[in-house]
Amino acid sequence: MRQIFDIHGGIHPPERKELADPGYVHEMPLPSKLVLPISQHIGAPARPVVEVGEAVKGGQMIAEAQGPVSVPVHAPSSGTVTAIESRAVPHASGLTATCIEISLDGSDSWIDLKGLEDWRETPKPELVERVRQAGIAGLGGAGFPTAIKLASDRELGIHTLIINGTECEPYISADDTVMQCCAREIVEGAEILAHMVGAQNIILAVEDNKPEAAEAMENAAQALEIADVVTFPTKYPSGGEKQLIEILFDMQVPSGGIPADIGILCQNPSTAVAVRDALIDGKPLTDRITTVTGMSLKKPGNRRVMLGTPIRELLNEAAFDAQTADRVIHGGPMMGFAVTDLDMPVVKITNCILAPTRTEIPSPQPQQACIRCGMCAEACPASLLPQQLYWYARAKDNEQLERHNLLDCIECGACAYVCPSHIPLVQYYRSAKGAIREAANEKVRSDNSRLRFEARQERLEREAAAKEAKRAARKAAAEARAKSGDDPVQAAIERAKAKKVSQEAEQ
Amino acid sequence: MIEMVLANPILLALAALVGMAIVFGALLGFAAVRFEVEGNPLSDQINTILPQTQCGQCGYPGCRPYAEAIAEGDSINKCPPGGEDTIQALANLLDVEPEPLDAEHGIEAEPTVAFIREDECIGCTKCIQACPVDAILGAAKQMHTVIIDECTGCDLCVEPCPVDCIDMIPRKGGIQHWYWPLPNEAASDNIIATDRPSENTPEQAAA
Repeated sequence: MRQIFDIHGGIHPPERKELADPGYVHEMPLPSKLVLPISQHIGAPARPVVEVGEAVKGGQMIAEAQGPVSVPVHAPSSGTVTAIESRAVPHASGLTATCIEISLDGSDSWIDLKGLEDWRETPKPELVERVRQAGIAGLGGAGFPTAIKLASDRELGIHTLIINGTECEPYISADDTVMQCCAREIVEGAEILAHMVGAQNIILAVEDNKPEAAEAMENAAQALEIADVVTFPTKYPSGGEKQLIEILFDMQVPSGGIPADIGILCQNPSTAVAVRDALIDGKPLTDRITTVTGMSLKKPGNRRVMLGTPIRELLNEAAFDAQTADRVIHGGPMMGFAVTDLDMPVVKITNCILAPTRTEIPSPQPQQACIRCGMCAEACPASLLPQQLYWYARAKDNEQLERHNLLDCIECGACAYVCPSHIPLVQYYRSAKGAIREAANEKVRSDNSRLRFEARQERLEREAAAKEAKRAARKAAAEARAKSGDDPVQAAIERAKAKKVSQEAEQ
Repeated sequence: MIEMVLANPILLALAALVGMAIVFGALLGFAAVRFEVEGNPLSDQINTILPQTQCGQCGYPGCRPYAEAIAEGDSINKCPPGGEDTIQALANLLDVEPEPLDAEHGIEAEPTVAFIREDECIGCTKCIQACPVDAILGAAKQMHTVIIDECTGCDLCVEPCPVDCIDMIPRKGGIQHWYWPLPNEAASDNIIATDRPSENTPEQAAA
């Protein structure tokens, strides 16, 4: 039995996970059209490689990765590309971004998929490239390209792979469902991932509010000697990878660092399944399991959804009652954001669509003044000082914010949850983080401009000096010629004079 | 002589002080020459704060000349591209009171980049010569184009263009640059119920 440790802070919000009946996957009927954003991950957007009017098949790449931190996008079913244009995408800003729209023909015919015969015999760089080409980005909610995590060639190496099945956020049960339904695939995927990074241990971490998932994982893990299932008490946000590492190892990831700095790699169970499917079956990432839940739905549940399915169709399938619904949230109640347009599609990071009633999740109450009670500091799982950060964020004092490690904030929302003054603390931090990021980008830009300006000044000076030197050389040469008497002008004048004299003599 | 000095402790003290002053003065003088700092580090520090658009709106030909002028005592509120943030940072560095931006030099605006409408470009190279950071690519009688990542948005290329084919377009925008705004704090001013503005009109309140 493995020893379990505790993290600082954390909260126990009502879970309400049973609403979506975890463990059962509802299949969705084929939608009529799909809208696929070219950027469903962190990093550079993919570049479309299809044109409007082109026929595509399921599994065909429709946008290729651009730059190292990027993943491609694949068509989830067969049909015709009907538009490549800016559409509403699931993002907190509510802004639009380039999407590829596919009208499906209903036949759902796929390209020939070709998996690896034996992944153990395949060189690791090729495995990483296949994961990348399959369009896999972290399915837990952040969407970081998985291949980047697998490719990092650090000296220390990775000793432990954690399959993070914590899923601590209320309502969401997508990972729970995957763990119950695809436990064998998760373990296979974990084995491949561990092989790719050279990890000697695999920990399948499950919170103790998911006993069925833990049991399913336990059964599946018996096939693999190095895999261990660990359960630990339920607490939000134990699922943050840094928090989970603290729970399992009593070790902290260094400030500003990543788990790989201490030899650990975290992956979501759905991501492990996607990696397995990509390498063994050759199937790119084109669908995912999403929790569709909330009291305003008559048929909530976990659904296998094609990427690009409009949220509206998902809600209709779950018998959405727009009368009782207050708003629709993409993601969970703690870290999600309100959906402004129901035509937004499901993307790789969509782990939950939540449609609560007004009484279920009330609108936030008006913000009041901070009374310096300190409850936020007690709740912070990253051991930060939320109150100090709040003051500095209001004052836009980026220097102090960085000094107080704002960038280690995981935006879990525990501080705002416990705040008796209903201060939307996380929004302050998100805003300040964005401002710091932009300021850093501007700094890089302005340094670059300075160098270019200085280089140009130097060039202009050099050119002016060269010009001046040439002029001086010409002048010196002219003077030298004048002195030595072979001045061509003087010679010409004398020739003319001589000619005149001779002409006069002839007359 | 020595007896006189010994008899007068004040003279002794004076002699000691003068001696020390000479020794330390010589030491400091030597150090000042031996460890002299090259250039003017203050103007360098100021220059790193300035936004490096090289636009000349401050009245100086570029950011470095303005940085040198500030180090000499010029006012810190002449940089519209830097705006409030730059003024604040300069005020912190120089330990002076921040002043509002001097409107004479321009107003703070969203950052832009130059964009050449390439169909209309006649290839005169005038914009290339005007660009302070060599961010325009082209040659005589060849179409020119702006390297967006290098353009500072100074708009110095707009005026020389004989066919007006250069536009200044916003640089930021779209999802990549978006971040959460600070929450609206209007509600937080109304801590006590009686602080809230009355919902009744003055007439009703009077009645």
